[in-house]
Amino acid sequence: MAVARLPLSIDHIPEEKRSIYDAEPVLSGRGMRIQWGHVVGLDGVDIDLYKGEVLAVIGDNGAGKSTLIKCLTGAYEPTGGTVYLDGQEVHFKRPQDAREAGIETVYQQLAVIPALDIASNLYLAREERRAGPLGSVFRMLDKRGMARRAGESVQNLGIQTIQNMGQAVENLSGGQRQAVAVARAAAFGSKVVVLDEPTAALGVKESGMVLDMIKQLRESGLGIILISHNMPHVWEAADRIHIQRLGGCAGVITPQSHDMGEGVAIMTGAKKLVSDQLDGAA
Amino acid sequence: MSTASSDAAAQFSGRQQSALQRVQNALHLYPWISPLVILILSFIAFTILNPRFATAGSMGLLIQQMAIVAALAIGQTLVILTAGIDLSVGAITVLAMMVMATLAKDGGMPGLLALIIGVGLATLAGLLNGILVTRMKLPPFIVTLGTLSIFTAIALLYSGGSSIQASHLPAFLNWLGKGFSIGGLRLTYGVLLVILLYAVVGFVLSQTAWGRHVYAVGDEPEAARLSGVPSRRVLLQVYTVAGFIYGIAAWALIGRSGAATPNAIPTANLDSITAVVIGGTSLFGGRGRLIGTLIGAIIVQTFAFGLSLAGVNQQWRLLAIGLLVIIAVSIDQWIRKVK
Repeated sequence: MAVARLPLSIDHIPEEKRSIYDAEPVLSGRGMRIQWGHVVGLDGVDIDLYKGEVLAVIGDNGAGKSTLIKCLTGAYEPTGGTVYLDGQEVHFKRPQDAREAGIETVYQQLAVIPALDIASNLYLAREERRAGPLGSVFRMLDKRGMARRAGESVQNLGIQTIQNMGQAVENLSGGQRQAVAVARAAAFGSKVVVLDEPTAALGVKESGMVLDMIKQLRESGLGIILISHNMPHVWEAADRIHIQRLGGCAGVITPQSHDMGEGVAIMTGAKKLVSDQLDGAA
Repeated sequence: MSTASSDAAAQFSGRQQSALQRVQNALHLYPWISPLVILILSFIAFTILNPRFATAGSMGLLIQQMAIVAALAIGQTLVILTAGIDLSVGAITVLAMMVMATLAKDGGMPGLLALIIGVGLATLAGLLNGILVTRMKLPPFIVTLGTLSIFTAIALLYSGGSSIQASHLPAFLNWLGKGFSIGGLRLTYGVLLVILLYAVVGFVLSQTAWGRHVYAVGDEPEAARLSGVPSRRVLLQVYTVAGFIYGIAAWALIGRSGAATPNAIPTANLDSITAVVIGGTSLFGGRGRLIGTLIGAIIVQTFAFGLSLAGVNQQWRLLAIGLLVIIAVSIDQWIRKVK
């Protein structure tokens, strides 16, 4: 197991949250590296995600934030580096491997099937069959049970606007669709939920609803990675912010330690993180 | 809960629907309602035009005439639900039929063995379509346009292009043309087999995980894949199952036509697509119900049969079917805009 150490001073974490960082990280990457021919996508990046925190990953286009996350969740196979889940070294060959290990990813746009109803979407590729020979011999779906549990999952996220689980997803608003995708991740992601630009296509109210859901997930003890271009959303929801720049990590900050302007300056290279801030916890 | 989301809730529940929007929503949920209404109206109209239409004898004939197209339309429905199209329906059916009949007559093979080989060949033909679509990534239209010619050519070359009369065939291959009467309503075993196929495939589509995956792959293949649905495998299975169904239909077709003949069903492709489209299944994939296809097949045959009983020139039937197809696709476009 890699030595986990917080790459920033604990002073920048609000007091009531410091206990989160006493535990081992739930998901870690050490020296994550990926190279396509001569193109270096990731240049030895370290990342730690703790239970009960929202870790935002920000960076310019091409900085490697999606690449980094894809290496952690099995969508890409890194050419170097090691991934640890709960302290154990893991090798994900496909996204399914990561999913089976308890890591769920909500993709930017391709999250749901519009023609299917909400319950079918929640249980897509994880359908539950009825008990007895109806399920085992005739492979009959337990539609009622899935609809009931889907309703509970959506309720647990505090979504009141979706009542009928038999509704087709295409009849929902953009925010409600995103809510279905997040509910799906929450229902099956036992350890980590990754959200890739969850608010990109949404209006102000709907973004607020999705950010509320993210906080709700954090309260339930999951580790959450939030990839976003929207700095106000990041500064509202994140506990820590991992800044990617040119394939490397330019630093980890918190909304308390740096304001949005400083964060963007680090992201674009206009400003460098002072080294004592990086080594504060050593 | 934050104020932002409670506002959204208020907005959502407070939305009023007009009567037209309610119709649109209902059709969206149950796309087979409009074909059912058309079917009932045409039944009433044709009965008024000629009272002989609504007799048990006429109905028995109508059902027997539509059964083959209805069977082929099951396979076509599966393919269209995945946003594909199958132009090789008729070619695979004729290939299977000619192989069964030739093996039984010239090869002296027992009926059951000839049937198994014929259906097996149709299944392989469907598998070939599926491999070309999923592995070579060719559009289904192009793949099946090509295999349409290939399978037709093989069927003609193999059989020598001549018909084989039922009298030269083992009773087993003709068996689906036999039947029974219930109070003047004559049904064949072939009709019963087609109804059984509808029940089985309808169950699989609506009640099993595989059925869900067919809809998901047809609607958003990439989202389905990211959700963990084995998209390519599902597609491959759809084309293979379709081929199997065409093979069964070939057996029923021998019984129905009393012979195995290369031009037994020249309009199979368009007829099956017409039944699917009139039945409310979207050509864009992911939407539709198998029961709609059955209604669609009955509508097509009702127009043919009703117009001829009414003594109207058959060209009017073509005109009517053409109008129905355009109306059906327009309704589909309209209900897809539902919000």
